[in-house]
Amino acid sequence: MLISLSQIAIGVTGFAAAFLFMYGLKRMSSPATAPSGIRVAGVGMLVAVAAAFLYAFDVSPAAQPHLAVNIGLAIVALVLGGGLAWRSGKTIAMTAMPQMVALYNGMGGGAAGAIAAVELFGAKTNGSSQLVVTLIGAFIGAVSLSGSVIAWAKLDGVLKKPFLVRGQQAFNAALLIAVLLVAGAIVFATAGGVEPVLSVPALICIFFGCALLFGILMTLPIGGADMPVVISIYNACTGVAVGLEGFVLQNPALMIAGMVVGAAGTLLTLLMAKAMNRSVVNVLFKKFGPAAKQKQGAMTGSLKPVAAADAAIFMRYAQSVIIVPGYGLAVSQGQQKLYEFVKLLQAAGVSVKFAVHPVAGRMPGQMDVLLAEAGVPYDLIVQLDDINSEFATTDVALVIGANDVVNPEARTVKSSPIYGMPILNADQAKKVYVVKRGDGKGYAGIVNPLFYDDNCEMVYGDAQAVLIQMIEAVRGLGSAAAA
Amino acid sequence: MAVNGFVGLYIFMLAAFAGWIIVGNVPAILHTPLMSGSNFVHGIVVVGGLFALLNATTVLEQAIGFAAVLLGAGNAAGGYAVTDRMLAMFRSSADTPQRAKHRHVRAHHAKKA
Repeated sequence: MLISLSQIAIGVTGFAAAFLFMYGLKRMSSPATAPSGIRVAGVGMLVAVAAAFLYAFDVSPAAQPHLAVNIGLAIVALVLGGGLAWRSGKTIAMTAMPQMVALYNGMGGGAAGAIAAVELFGAKTNGSSQLVVTLIGAFIGAVSLSGSVIAWAKLDGVLKKPFLVRGQQAFNAALLIAVLLVAGAIVFATAGGVEPVLSVPALICIFFGCALLFGILMTLPIGGADMPVVISIYNACTGVAVGLEGFVLQNPALMIAGMVVGAAGTLLTLLMAKAMNRSVVNVLFKKFGPAAKQKQGAMTGSLKPVAAADAAIFMRYAQSVIIVPGYGLAVSQGQQKLYEFVKLLQAAGVSVKFAVHPVAGRMPGQMDVLLAEAGVPYDLIVQLDDINSEFATTDVALVIGANDVVNPEARTVKSSPIYGMPILNADQAKKVYVVKRGDGKGYAGIVNPLFYDDNCEMVYGDAQAVLIQMIEAVRGLGSAAAA
Repeated sequence: MAVNGFVGLYIFMLAAFAGWIIVGNVPAILHTPLMSGSNFVHGIVVVGGLFALLNATTVLEQAIGFAAVLLGAGNAAGGYAVTDRMLAMFRSSADTPQRAKHRHVRAHHAKKA
């Protein structure tokens, strides 16, 4: 068969898209080049999607009579799906970013599953190996779809509590076996060797039903705080599903893009699990609860409350301040006020830096995005490994809405559930202020001995309200000096 | 373009290595945009959806193909929109206020001036 012009065009644009995706991701290795990176990848996507309409010249004879309708449907689907997602992506609040990423990811998984469904229902796969790859891709895509939707619901607060029924893991295992059996039945029935009990389309329906249910049941028991790891896993899963469907459709661009994302998502998942001091298996199959209920030794020392204004004035006359922001800051929407306060300190000659823990926020790196949104330049935002040695020579560490990530027990107390987790050494600063709503415990459910240290004082209140008081205190100082 | 099983495996292996190495170099500060950016990249699935829809012969295939393109387009467009928005927020101290794109940033500088 001769290669037609349209096939060459699709091949070339697919190649260009694969190159532009990888080059774009490569440019994401620095905040300075990252914005151009996503645009480069965007060009690749546009070119590939436009060229995909050239498939119209090569459709099978059976599809010829439907071609006009199909092209119309394709344009409607592109405009509708793309337009709605574009609008929501442009307007969603930055704090709601994790659930939005989960939702878009679920869409990708669903698309991969749907492509597999078309191939399966139309019996278009060529040989048993392609059929098996299609089924694997279909399973991963369907799990990614239903799992991502549950992750979205949890992060968005639609679903509130972890949901674990007795014997659920055994049921999940049974479901997985059922999926394998149904998949086997589909393969044998298609090969024509065995007469199936049910028709093949019925088997395909059961297959997808089981896969979707498996995704739901796998995700339901996992707590909201672990969702970032889960989203990252499903992101990798969707990538792999897309790559496998790319193989079935004989499209190398899909294969490369999908597998690059699969590897990237796997690496991100591992990095994230490490920063949370959990293994991926632990996140997926165990709850945090039981380990956290260990007895803790009695705290020596006491909690020492201090007024926001006093803390602010102390920082105004300090040489250096490191701020440790946590999710509590984002909950109270205090990032703008925080940067306003930081600018006042900088104007007074104080050296200020932000120390960000890898899992600060509800997604790795989310705190960095929230600070960037508030206008904080990225060169003031320093990551854990680079800043930990600086705390010992710093006058003040200001901890806002963070708890477990500054708990020194992670370094010393072997029985602690967070033992071994990398933490920010805020306790080594000469003075520590902790802005907190109350005496509550952190996500790990343990008391933080840092709060009882001699050099630590507590500023109680909502982060944003406290920061407003701090700004007023420093401003008042300036006007008093001027008068 | 014919891609047989073994060529497919080679492509998968090389792509996986490339992805692992490229992403290993991304600093933690960019991990959220990276996750949504890689999420955008697998939106290429929409191309597969278009292939399936254009070759659809029955109403069932048309319906599922339509869903594939709809979902894939949502994945690609949404992933691009959020990633682009996030990355536009990152600026360094050396950047002039005019280069800062986000309205919050502009508001801040207006206040300062």
